[in-house]
Amino acid sequence: MELLSKIATNDGHGENSAFFDGWKAYDSDPYHPTNNPNGVIQMGLAENQLSFDLVQEWVKKNPKASICTSDGSNGFKDIAIFQDYHGLPEFRNAVARFMEKVRGNRVRFDPARIVMSGGATGAQETLAFCLADPGDALLVPAPYYPGNDRDLTWRTGIQLLPVICHSSNDFKITRQALETAYKKAQDSNIKVKGLLLNNPSNPLGTVLDRDTLTESLKFTNDKKIHLICDEIYSATVFARPNFISIAEILQENADCDRDLIHIVYSLSKDLGFPGFRVGIIYSYNDSVVNCARKMSSFGLVSTQTQHLIASMLSDDVFVDRFLSESAKRLGQRHKILSRGLSQVGIGSLKSNAGLYCWMDLRRLLKGPTFESEIELWRMIINDVKINVSPGASFHCSEPGWFRVCFANMDDETVMVALNRIHKFVIQTKGSSSDGINRKQYGRSKLEISLSFRRLDEIMMAPHKMSPHSPMSSPLVRART
Amino acid sequence: MAIQIDQPSVSLSRVAVSDTHGEDSPYFAGWKAYDENPYHELTNPSGVIQMGLAENQVSFDLLEQYLEKHSDGATNSGRTSGFRENALFQDYHGNGKLYGTNKRGRAKFNPESIVITAGATAANELLTFILADPGDALLVPTPYYPGFDRDLRWRTGVNIVPVHCDSSNNFEITPQALESAYNEAESNNIRVRGILITNPSNPLGATIRRTILENILDFATRKNIHLVSDEIYSGSAFSSDEFVSIAEILETRNYKDSERVHIVYSLSKDLGLPGFRVGTIYSYNDRVVTTARRMSSFTLISSQTQQLLASMLSDKQFTGSYIRTNRERLRKRYELIIDGLGKAGIRCLKGNAGLFCWMDLSTLLEEPTKEQELCLWKLMLHEVKLNISPGSSCHCSEPGWFRVCFANMSEKTLEVALRRIHDFMERRKAH
Repeated sequence: MELLSKIATNDGHGENSAFFDGWKAYDSDPYHPTNNPNGVIQMGLAENQLSFDLVQEWVKKNPKASICTSDGSNGFKDIAIFQDYHGLPEFRNAVARFMEKVRGNRVRFDPARIVMSGGATGAQETLAFCLADPGDALLVPAPYYPGNDRDLTWRTGIQLLPVICHSSNDFKITRQALETAYKKAQDSNIKVKGLLLNNPSNPLGTVLDRDTLTESLKFTNDKKIHLICDEIYSATVFARPNFISIAEILQENADCDRDLIHIVYSLSKDLGFPGFRVGIIYSYNDSVVNCARKMSSFGLVSTQTQHLIASMLSDDVFVDRFLSESAKRLGQRHKILSRGLSQVGIGSLKSNAGLYCWMDLRRLLKGPTFESEIELWRMIINDVKINVSPGASFHCSEPGWFRVCFANMDDETVMVALNRIHKFVIQTKGSSSDGINRKQYGRSKLEISLSFRRLDEIMMAPHKMSPHSPMSSPLVRART
Repeated sequence: MAIQIDQPSVSLSRVAVSDTHGEDSPYFAGWKAYDENPYHELTNPSGVIQMGLAENQVSFDLLEQYLEKHSDGATNSGRTSGFRENALFQDYHGNGKLYGTNKRGRAKFNPESIVITAGATAANELLTFILADPGDALLVPTPYYPGFDRDLRWRTGVNIVPVHCDSSNNFEITPQALESAYNEAESNNIRVRGILITNPSNPLGATIRRTILENILDFATRKNIHLVSDEIYSGSAFSSDEFVSIAEILETRNYKDSERVHIVYSLSKDLGLPGFRVGTIYSYNDRVVTTARRMSSFTLISSQTQQLLASMLSDKQFTGSYIRTNRERLRKRYELIIDGLGKAGIRCLKGNAGLFCWMDLSTLLEEPTKEQELCLWKLMLHEVKLNISPGSSCHCSEPGWFRVCFANMSEKTLEVALRRIHDFMERRKAH
């Protein structure tokens, strides 16, 4: 048998983690309201499916934007042969303007600094290749998105060191925690090359406040290390406090070294287009822009897609309406889920962004251990038939937290999921005092309390969408 | 006055500061000259004609016709529900239809063994990550596509050890050359993990004969290394009989030892769609397929593009007719340029594929050196106003050969280029 490389044979791809067992369970038994009403509901996938109707309407009204319609086909050739890694100028301009809009036009982005990549997945990896050598480290506040491990370290050979955050202060990033992580690296002779922030946060669903951002900027500036801000959920903010971009903080701190600042962006979450692979690197460092642009040859955005996006995002009327409507719908969906959970005593971290809630199931654990967390998680998958993501896979330091996604399904499915959770919790409460028992519960139609009727009332009128993501294979997420 | 010592700015990675991206080579300098002064029939008739870009523009009308006839099937706006499926579809297994309908006739391909990537650029890099560790080497016959220096080496840390080929036998790859390259690597303590061939060859513009392919496969088997066959110009062979895929060799051997073979393909050349970033890896090794699929997360094809192409490629009538017509047009174009160059007293390697010919200007060199070749290249660029690619940028060991592209322009423009070459040669004769 042929020998493959070390990269090919190690676990860096990350797919052997317990995290993916949930995907597999969903894959082999996916919920469908009529074909498989007892199947697993996928709540482990952070996709934004709530506002497709708006995009579909726009696409229908703008046939020219598609080079494959008779309206647009005279542009076909020029688009199809254009392979310049600078990207179509109209694409870069439209993306820069869109990013400005999302930040309330409080900052300006230079289209010449927009670099393409194969989704944010590709953007993260490219930045790691540009900024760090094998063996170097990036600090990452935990809990963090599991894909970071693969995206930043698999082929690059760098490592990620967690900055521990605690529930006692709502998982805020403190200067202390940053310093502790940095010192730990130094003591182990590991060179720290940067800090990666995710704002809004996955999995927390919170935005970083001005103080935290400023403190992080000062920290990286003092240590002369890079600051990478992954802002891919920036337009999913649905309530106050407002989103503050590192670009704004940079404006307020003109004496900081701009060569250290880099932003990762994508259209996968804000617009709901993960299939289009539109990843963006925006760097304030000219050398990084040049290098990343050369590397973008390995992951350019299809010009067909560039062209469509350029048209769509330059339609100000559409964009303004989309941003406000999408935020509204995300907010409503979030409210339904978080209230539905709190009605059975399940709290979640107070959040105002993202496509998920960070759910607190600590009191359902047998003991405050990760073994208990996994046990509870398997029960949720196998008995409650919902795929949620355990905190351990996000490198959370405290067991009992779970990420539950709410934007990748229709209204009916959310209700089904909440019903199942309600039943599970109530049955668990009603069992013996040592915590959880593995009880079978029947498919009774028992309405447990008035709470369900109230849930129905706060539901908005459903709009048509599939029950859940059409994805058939769970192990294929470019980004979750 | 105190001397100001600047604080060193924070460093970037070694990868970032190296020049392995390859953009400082003359291959790209010519492009810059073209960008600054591009030829246009009406607005800039004395500008630089770009003959350094291997693009296929001879058959676009066929694609455009297809789109006009099938705009409902191919678009998203005709099927709004189709749009959301595409926008969400980030499954790295790819749109199965797209590659199940492989148009390569004689050999059979299993759709499960296909991995999609954003272009052959990504496919080649990805395979290198999988087949070799940093410091290892891939053998690559010369002359080769300059982009390999970046694609195979830059971020992977893998080396290229050249397998030298020369004009004495039409640049064919010999067993001796293979052994010699392998031994060279060994004597430098470099571990050879594979050999990468391009068939049809860029820059030679010729297919690799069956016997040679068999030799190469035998060599790879003997040394227990991988064989990557970059077949992105397979649809650009002037006659379908002339191209033999490594897949056919494997089939005749009942797929013995096939786990070491991997094929790279793309739609950039055959269909003329480089902007869409459509590349594929086909591997006979399940572990490579699995790993490649995981890695493709960094470089998937836009599902919008996948859907368009799935429609197009599953239309057998269209693809059959396209391939036939495209081959014929390329052949005609090739004959035009060979004829024109011949009249100017310039010989080329006998070619039968690709979007370029391999031109021999060695007789024009004052001395058979790389420096003289580059002088001649600059002359062609600044005086004759043609951007052609010097053989040295393709690592050719014999100075004086140049790659000249002929499919990225109209016939009219090609004729202008040929006239300029003719005039240039006349002027030289006069001196």
